[in-house]
Amino acid sequence: MAEIISKPSDSLNIVIVGHVDHGKSTLLGRLYADTGSLPDGKLEKVQAICRQQGKEFEYAFLFDAFLEEQEQGITIDTARTFFGWKGRHYIIIDAPGHKEFLKNMISGAARAEGALLLIDALEGVKEQSKKHGYLLSLLGVRQFAVVVNKMDLVGYRQDVFDGIEKEYREFLEQFKAVPQQIIPVSAKLGDNIANRSESMPWYSGPTVLDALGAFRKEPGRSEQPLRLPVQDVYKFDARRIITGRVTAGRVKVGDSLVFSPSNKRAVVKSIEAFNIEPPPIEGHAGQSVGVTLDEQIFVERGEIASHQDELPLVSTAFRANVFWLGRKPLERGRRYQLRVATKEVDCEIATIHRIIDTMDLAQQQGSSVVNKNQVAELTIRAKTPVAFDLSVSSESTGRFVLVDEYDIAGGGIVTELVHDDQEFLREEARQRDFAWVKGQVGVEDRAQQYGHRAAIVLVTGGRHTGKSFLARTIEARLVADGRHAYLLDGENLRRGLDADLSEGERGQATEMARRYGEVARLLVDTGLIVVSTTNPFGMAYVEAAQAIRTLVHPVPVIAVHMSKAPEEVPPNTDIVLSGPADFDAATRRILEELKRRGVLAQAIGAKPIFQYSI
Amino acid sequence: MRHLRQLEDQSVYILREAYKHFDNLAMLWSMGKDSTVLLWLARKAFFGHVPFPLLHVDTSYKIPAMIEYRDRMAREWGVKLVVGQNKEALAAGMNHTLGRVNCCTALKTNGLKQLIEQKGYTGIILGVRADEEGTRAKERYFSPRDKHGDWDFRDQPPELWDQFKTTFPPGTHIRIHPLLDWTEINIWEYIKFENIPFIDLYLDKGDGTRYRSLGCAPCTTPIQSSAKSVDDIIEELRHSTVAERAGRAQDEGRGMELLRKDGYM
Repeated sequence: MAEIISKPSDSLNIVIVGHVDHGKSTLLGRLYADTGSLPDGKLEKVQAICRQQGKEFEYAFLFDAFLEEQEQGITIDTARTFFGWKGRHYIIIDAPGHKEFLKNMISGAARAEGALLLIDALEGVKEQSKKHGYLLSLLGVRQFAVVVNKMDLVGYRQDVFDGIEKEYREFLEQFKAVPQQIIPVSAKLGDNIANRSESMPWYSGPTVLDALGAFRKEPGRSEQPLRLPVQDVYKFDARRIITGRVTAGRVKVGDSLVFSPSNKRAVVKSIEAFNIEPPPIEGHAGQSVGVTLDEQIFVERGEIASHQDELPLVSTAFRANVFWLGRKPLERGRRYQLRVATKEVDCEIATIHRIIDTMDLAQQQGSSVVNKNQVAELTIRAKTPVAFDLSVSSESTGRFVLVDEYDIAGGGIVTELVHDDQEFLREEARQRDFAWVKGQVGVEDRAQQYGHRAAIVLVTGGRHTGKSFLARTIEARLVADGRHAYLLDGENLRRGLDADLSEGERGQATEMARRYGEVARLLVDTGLIVVSTTNPFGMAYVEAAQAIRTLVHPVPVIAVHMSKAPEEVPPNTDIVLSGPADFDAATRRILEELKRRGVLAQAIGAKPIFQYSI
Repeated sequence: MRHLRQLEDQSVYILREAYKHFDNLAMLWSMGKDSTVLLWLARKAFFGHVPFPLLHVDTSYKIPAMIEYRDRMAREWGVKLVVGQNKEALAAGMNHTLGRVNCCTALKTNGLKQLIEQKGYTGIILGVRADEEGTRAKERYFSPRDKHGDWDFRDQPPELWDQFKTTFPPGTHIRIHPLLDWTEINIWEYIKFENIPFIDLYLDKGDGTRYRSLGCAPCTTPIQSSAKSVDDIIEELRHSTVAERAGRAQDEGRGMELLRKDGYM
């Protein structure tokens, strides 16, 4: 046994992956023993259990902390253990290789800073060897070494090792993964683990511990463009603090920030911290920070703060590589929750392009489901616009998970932005918002003054369904309650703003919706609750509603759909009224919805409680 | 002390995720070094505030100095303290001589379950660390418990990057573990770095012994040590190969596995 070394403070998360029975637990046991990291009594305790069960002692047993696991002979979950070596503390996440436990391997690898991938020299490259190699790449684990184990069972032969190295490198090359090292070892006998093997004089590369020592802490994310996803907004005292973890770049006091997708802008006034003197003036990648801004803008969880010249992408759709772990298969058309950084939004799988067979990376087309443990290329469509990056340009904001019912059921990386039909309007809104000239009165000031936030109640539906009457009723009721509401009627635009257009130009629903949306944008900026209908757009109300939504974003749009008989409603509809309408009941429902969305305070006259000011 | 800041950043992120997603949240405080660091991290995360109550499950067998320290710090930091106790079991005479696992189950596990049920907590923040003992190494940061408080370690939901299990069916609750990645040394380094007030049972006061892990008086034994300061403790730990919880009787045999499956912290 090595001498007892001092336990260091610096640490690195390492995951050990590979095919079942290729020797992960044995390698771990060996690393522990050879670095002198075992607590007193641990070895004796495991040896005693082995005697009790009539088994020969193996290094692997040291880490199978649960007795059940030892009976099964496989590691069930990502067990974490620690050992120290040359000034660094290694946190080892022992990821199981058994096929059924891919979920745990992925959980382990997702938090790893480096990986060891084991291949059995006798068995060669197996299914899980390939799958795990591919998943490491998908999960963003760039630092890894391939460990060819059980060299003692093949007579320490170089040709066997060379064959495996060639085969595996060729496989990895297909997705541009390059291992730091490929090391021939025998974990059982201790060859090339801590000590150089005398049985393999043909190998001159590093030992496993040398390879681990060469792994670096996460490099250089602070030099990338700033990404600060908003986690929460606190108002425990006089300070209104926006919190989040900087996933890339740096944020400094005095920085001008843009929040996407709302396009809100503000300057960082301070960086807040508890028990740190003097207070910090900068936060960098990895840090959980809190900032205050020079003005009280409405930003919420899920938005990404960046600098104006390095904005993230914004769309409702993207293409991605996804691994699926759910009990139920992933289905096209089914609803899931999408989480990108701190954004949580409903989404659906628009297209399953292909299933990727991780054995040979062949692509199978034409599936409508993705089964558990499969990897697939998908297009995902979110209910509302999401800020994100491509995985290759900014890792943390370029990956996401999918939640099915209550559990995280899959994860993936964004490979491509998918242009949606709102792209041009969204860009118009972005440019317009950046250049927007503000008065001294902010959104929050108006909200405090009026006792409510700005919003749009938009009534959609076919002809003669009572939209106009309902809109009038809502406006009247809001004003009677002391709210600041206004009925925007399309007819008034037609005769004024649009009076210079020809009949043909007026027939272009897209342009008419754009004009309508920009007028609505001005009105909501005054703090009003705008009540309107899609009457001017006839049957093109679905497209018009979407355009208006894009142009007034992030002001809440309460969409009410009216029809004589049940029919398919436009996306993002909040309230459906079909059949003969009870206008009073409908108005009450709409007021409730305004309260639920935080536009109106819960009681008239009481201090308004808005979601965004806590 | 970069590594301490990195640990702090991760724990603070987890605490803020918990606060965002759980309406009825509470933090377990045993007054030991770990949960006291956890409490300090909450004050970091929420800028000097602790926006949820602290729970203490009082077995009535705690070392008296712990109770005195608890009440003093709660006053000083202005935190809301909720103390629970399995009075029924105590009235029926439960103590460690009736079996350690029995006693822990009745007074701690069931005491906690009663408190969770009574107050309807949906999220409980705990200071367990992965390096303490085997079963805790298998924990997730956000770990679901079913209606009976049981833990299904064989079928845990995946945890990817900074995405945690924050949605759960009614009647169940989530255990949240912000300190999972910390080691015993990190805890003491951080106590020193941040100058966190801790209970002096951890120090040798002249008789050559100190506590390394705190629990109930009858089931926790001090270790032989002359560490009189945090620096001494860190130095001692760097060279120790004795398990941290060697002085904790409940860890013998399959004790912790059985306890934790049934909802022990």
